[in-house]
Amino acid sequence: MSVDGQSVPGTHEPAAATQLRKAVVVGGNRIPFARAGGAYTKSSNQDMLTAALDGLIARFGLQEERIGEVAAGAVLKHSRDFNLTREAVLGSALAAETPAYDLQQACATGLETVLGLANKIKLGQIDSAIAGGVDSASDAPIAVSEGLREVLLDLNRAKTVSRKLQVLSRLRPKDLAPDAPNTGEPRTGLSMGEHQALTTAQWKITREAQDELAFNSHRNLAAAYDAGFFDDLLTPYRGLSRDANLRPDTSPEKLATLKPVFGKNLGAEATMTAGNSTPLTDGASTVLLASEEWADAHDLPKLATVVDGEAAAVDFVHGKDGLLMAPVFAVPRLLARHNLTLGDIDFFEIHEAFAGTVLSTLAAWEDEEFCRTRLGLDGALGSVDRSKLNVNGSSLAAGHPFAATGGRIVASLAKMLHARGQVNGRPARGLVSICAAGGQGVVAILEAL
Amino acid sequence: MTDKYIRFVSHGPGRDIAKRLGLPQPVVLRRHRPGSPLVEGPILVQGSTDGADSLAAALLGWDLDVRRHAIPKEKLGAIILVLDDLGRPEDLEKPVLTAAASLRDLAPNGRIITVSRTAGSAADPATAAARQGVDGLLRSLAKELRAGATGNGILLADGIATTSPSTLGALRFFLSGRSAFVDGQFLTVTSSAGQLPDDVEKPLAGRVAVVTGAARGIGAAIARTLYRDGATLVLVDIPAAGDHLAAVANEVHGTALQLDISRTDAGQRIIDHAVARHGRLDTVIHNAGITRDKLLANMDTDRWNSVIGVNVAAQLRINEALLASEHFRAAPRIVSVASTSGVAGNRGQTNYAASKAGVIGLVRATAPLIGERGGSINAVAPGFIETEMTARIPFATREVARRLNSLQQGGQPGDVAEAIAFLASDAAGGITGEVLRVCGQNLVGA
Repeated sequence: MSVDGQSVPGTHEPAAATQLRKAVVVGGNRIPFARAGGAYTKSSNQDMLTAALDGLIARFGLQEERIGEVAAGAVLKHSRDFNLTREAVLGSALAAETPAYDLQQACATGLETVLGLANKIKLGQIDSAIAGGVDSASDAPIAVSEGLREVLLDLNRAKTVSRKLQVLSRLRPKDLAPDAPNTGEPRTGLSMGEHQALTTAQWKITREAQDELAFNSHRNLAAAYDAGFFDDLLTPYRGLSRDANLRPDTSPEKLATLKPVFGKNLGAEATMTAGNSTPLTDGASTVLLASEEWADAHDLPKLATVVDGEAAAVDFVHGKDGLLMAPVFAVPRLLARHNLTLGDIDFFEIHEAFAGTVLSTLAAWEDEEFCRTRLGLDGALGSVDRSKLNVNGSSLAAGHPFAATGGRIVASLAKMLHARGQVNGRPARGLVSICAAGGQGVVAILEAL
Repeated sequence: MTDKYIRFVSHGPGRDIAKRLGLPQPVVLRRHRPGSPLVEGPILVQGSTDGADSLAAALLGWDLDVRRHAIPKEKLGAIILVLDDLGRPEDLEKPVLTAAASLRDLAPNGRIITVSRTAGSAADPATAAARQGVDGLLRSLAKELRAGATGNGILLADGIATTSPSTLGALRFFLSGRSAFVDGQFLTVTSSAGQLPDDVEKPLAGRVAVVTGAARGIGAAIARTLYRDGATLVLVDIPAAGDHLAAVANEVHGTALQLDISRTDAGQRIIDHAVARHGRLDTVIHNAGITRDKLLANMDTDRWNSVIGVNVAAQLRINEALLASEHFRAAPRIVSVASTSGVAGNRGQTNYAASKAGVIGLVRATAPLIGERGGSINAVAPGFIETEMTARIPFATREVARRLNSLQQGGQPGDVAEAIAFLASDAAGGITGEVLRVCGQNLVGA
């Protein structure tokens, strides 16, 4: 049964859980996130991923250890980095015999590496794994134009001098302009911000609500740093020991003074500013995953289990749904599979691509009509208790190096869950939701150990 | 951090120029490398007591080339002057002047080691005078030695044999390249506790040691030295130093613990980490320290409090947690890094010197407490050490500071680390409450 192409929750059962092992989060490590053009301008993806790995190795004493598998990825990736993760492993203090693979699913890359590796651990294929992600908006690849590329390839194939000259004569000045990367969606030409502006307007999210969410993100992240929360989650890099984007002294009043940058031509009042949108960011994160047996044998902590994950995608191309609204569909499917409601979640980690993304997502789940017709539910999915949302800050304050965000969230959430322990006689439970380019989204549930 | 002057005067024209102008002529010191011999050359054991005989026998057991009588013109690696049965000052003459005849045969980087008894426990004034005389003798002799040779002494409490574990342990330390920058110093052996290692290259095998301030400088050198000696390491430094800490941890196969030691729960977190991750905790090296120099007239509250807080108050709190812990009971060892500033004072460092003198006080007072648990606590007081910190001292000041000791050069971070590694080992189990200076016999405040 399906509603508008989206499968209805609860229509398939999870695999028999009794057959599977648990995949546990041992801990994580990331480098502080830097604003693009900032402290990591001269750092490559490989440099940053290696640094994040080395910090993780030092924290958990994994020198010369052969890890089952390492998976990581980057969204903005040079073609030479085809083996980015394996190269980072070789440059790290891990055993050179540690296999690695790259994965790419836009901003969901980091979370997807966690889920894929956790599944391998659950199946008994591997006992330990490191998931991760990295992105540099500063050291982004720049491609040559299509015209120049075709000429160069033909030139290589030309055998005679006259043929080579003939090929070269096709070159025009405009072919020499480089092809810089952009965040535009290939099928719509709209940037991610412009897409979100459509969604933000559709769900009537106010400027004040967005600024308040951004303010809370900065306040919560600053408080977490002051409390030492990141002491065992982060290793300094290139002079940074905190996220460079963090503004501990910001206020709703200051945020209210910023000029809108997205949705200025929508007719409606533009509400999205640089303050309630994530900036381009550089950074890397890693998460150490293991079977319970491996963690015990290595005297390592067990913070949380990776319970399950779900991916969804939406048809944003024809305007049916907003570009970043796929998690709206993924979460109810995942909750239904585990007979859970939003009320059963103790920590919500909803990636703040834009404040408008988070607020549109929450609004959709509170909308009876939408939940009935589009999600196939009996009524509204429900409300997210704001006191449980992104309690130690999220991407608006920390920044968002695309592929590194998943690892940041999973490691922090696992630590929070472990600290909380039991809630009403059951393990504390956390929900991760990450939207991604291409109208995709990946969500996951973790439980405290 | 290299001393270009040493290289200049070590050979060729530089050596001649320095000699003619009467300039200092420091030499490259003999330092321990795994597998290197304990001493380069025969060892002369001078003295005619039973203690001298048994000590010579013990050295023979280590397959060393031991002499009871000097052969004139034969180069000696070391002279051990055993003076364990002095009754009157006149008793010094024979053994001392006999040894004196061999001084010119001492090889470069040779060793003079006295073995005598503590004056404080002497039964009568004449004995005390004789025993205390060794102090002045050794310190002066150390200043007369040249070419990297050092003189150090071992003081035995009454009843401690010249072959007790820690007497032999201290003897090995002073003979070896591990004590390269220790000169003109005494170590007191107060008990027969401790034991020599099964493997002299891995004296810390099986021990779990915590090093604070391990991200760089002396702390990183301590980590490397303890790792070389077989210890499993927990490395602690403030979160902001985490990248350097991780690099050191990965080098020495330890675990990095990003922790500000001035947090009130630091002791418990260190214990929890060591026990959870490595199953035990045997040794804590209090190395973390900061300087906030200012003349006292210009001192502000923040500079004063931060130095006292990190350098001594934090150690006190951590030690309280350690001594209260059931996990710190198997021959536990604590070694604190003090400073010669805490011994002799230093202009502009009232806060730092107060904190480091405080460390010396706490070490002495903690000795009986940790002794009840079968453990020991000692301090090491570095003099001028070539680190990133001292490299920032202006050139002229640095040059003067470097040469103002008997070895006419700055020490290396590894020299401090070697002294700490020795005091952290079971071979030093009979030594506690001591302050060992690693200063090349600094002329100031000696």
